[in-house]
Amino acid sequence: MMIAGFFENIGHTFLSYLREVGRMVILMIRIVRFSPDIIRNRSLTIGQMMKIGVLSLPLVTVVSMFTGAVASWQAAYQFRGLISLDFLGAAVSAAIFIELSPVLTGLVVAGRVGASIAAELGTMCVTEQIDALESLAIDPVRYLALPRFTAGWITMPLLVIYSNIVAHFGAYLVASFLMDVSTAAFFGSVQRYFLFHNVLSGLVKALVFGGGTALVGCAVGFSTTGGAEGVGKSTIRAFVYSSAFILISDYILATFLF
Amino acid sequence: MIEIEHIEKSFQGKTALRDISLSIPEKQTMVIVGCSGCGKTVLLRSIIGLVKPERGRILVNGRDVTAMRRKELFEIRKQFGMLFQGAALFDSMTVEENIALPLREHTKLNPAQVRQKVSEKLKLVGLSSIGDKKPSELSGGMKKRVGLARALIMDPKYMLFDEPTTGLDPIMSDAINRLILNTQQQLNITSIVVTHDLKSAFTVGNRIAMICEGVVIFSDSVEAFQNSDHPVVRQFIEGRSGPREEK
Repeated sequence: MMIAGFFENIGHTFLSYLREVGRMVILMIRIVRFSPDIIRNRSLTIGQMMKIGVLSLPLVTVVSMFTGAVASWQAAYQFRGLISLDFLGAAVSAAIFIELSPVLTGLVVAGRVGASIAAELGTMCVTEQIDALESLAIDPVRYLALPRFTAGWITMPLLVIYSNIVAHFGAYLVASFLMDVSTAAFFGSVQRYFLFHNVLSGLVKALVFGGGTALVGCAVGFSTTGGAEGVGKSTIRAFVYSSAFILISDYILATFLF
Repeated sequence: MIEIEHIEKSFQGKTALRDISLSIPEKQTMVIVGCSGCGKTVLLRSIIGLVKPERGRILVNGRDVTAMRRKELFEIRKQFGMLFQGAALFDSMTVEENIALPLREHTKLNPAQVRQKVSEKLKLVGLSSIGDKKPSELSGGMKKRVGLARALIMDPKYMLFDEPTTGLDPIMSDAINRLILNTQQQLNITSIVVTHDLKSAFTVGNRIAMICEGVVIFSDSVEAFQNSDHPVVRQFIEGRSGPREEK
């Protein structure tokens, strides 16, 4: 009996995850159907870009600066005795462009923005504001989800470009002041081994992560029930799902892009 | 005219509405009363397609709301205004933005015309100079009034009121009742009011329907309701607790 209950629980959990994925796919289809309304929604989209992009800048700055610094430190540790530190810039730069900036910026945005979208829409759900929109003949998917989704996929690559710059600066500071790597050696190696494909791959990842995070936030927010407790649960769910989405899609994209 | 025919709806196996049929004549106010949780709000929400019944039809001017595609449903919703129980004002917007939203979305009025219509509706509900305030700065009664102004902004043919006086003090409840009555008389609209507040029901209603356990047990004029000898109606009017009396 206990074993049957165990498998039943696994089945229920699996089915509930499938339902969540289904909800997200359906929401995605509905958002795409409303895509001709992007221009009509431009002021809402710009507002969301401010929230997702501009307000995330302080956090992205701190995270990127230390990401670059740690990458530089760790690479120098692994290079010691094997490879000249003159190659430090090239190694760190590739890691920043391909992986560190897109994934860590994505996770920061998932924590800050994905969860906040879910909390905002979740609160609107439990206080009948979504129903009020419906009753006013305004489609919540067009009015709420489309601007957030659009802002997500436009803003995230911009944040990642910014993160790339800051992370390189962080890496350079560590290399220059703590590893005695000259500025010319550091940036010379960055330039010598620079591949535009690396930057582009990172930006493609950022686009997917940004859209995905906003989509997850909206889908979780729209399905919120159960008052304040439900909103709290949705916030956690949005962060967990969007983080999982970023890490899983990062692997899938890596297999396609490299 | 709104005709509700044999509506049935359940949630996770629990029946909310069971074979409900009602007819709401034009330019009249139908009040739907009943105990908490008897399915009144579900019925109200079904009328504008916020809830989809499992069986039955809801005809608005002869067109079945339950069978409409989403686009058609949105068109028909433009003929409705709905005041929600908690007013459901948008937190992120000011009072003026809340009321102006349907105009901005559905009309091509310029900002000056929008502002003028908003101030007309605010005046109609007895409020002015609060356009810049956020909903969090308003009292419960003010929120309901703003909700009513927003519901009326598109000059709807039909108004739906979900528990308009719940949570308000008796004076504010009376003010809201008078407001419903005045708007009904001034704008000549068809209204459906869901409430369990009998004073409100008797003030604003032309007709009353009573729902009990998902079934309409009474539907007639206000006077007939007050004089009804139906045991459940009597129990409800007299506010007696205890087991529900046999019909």
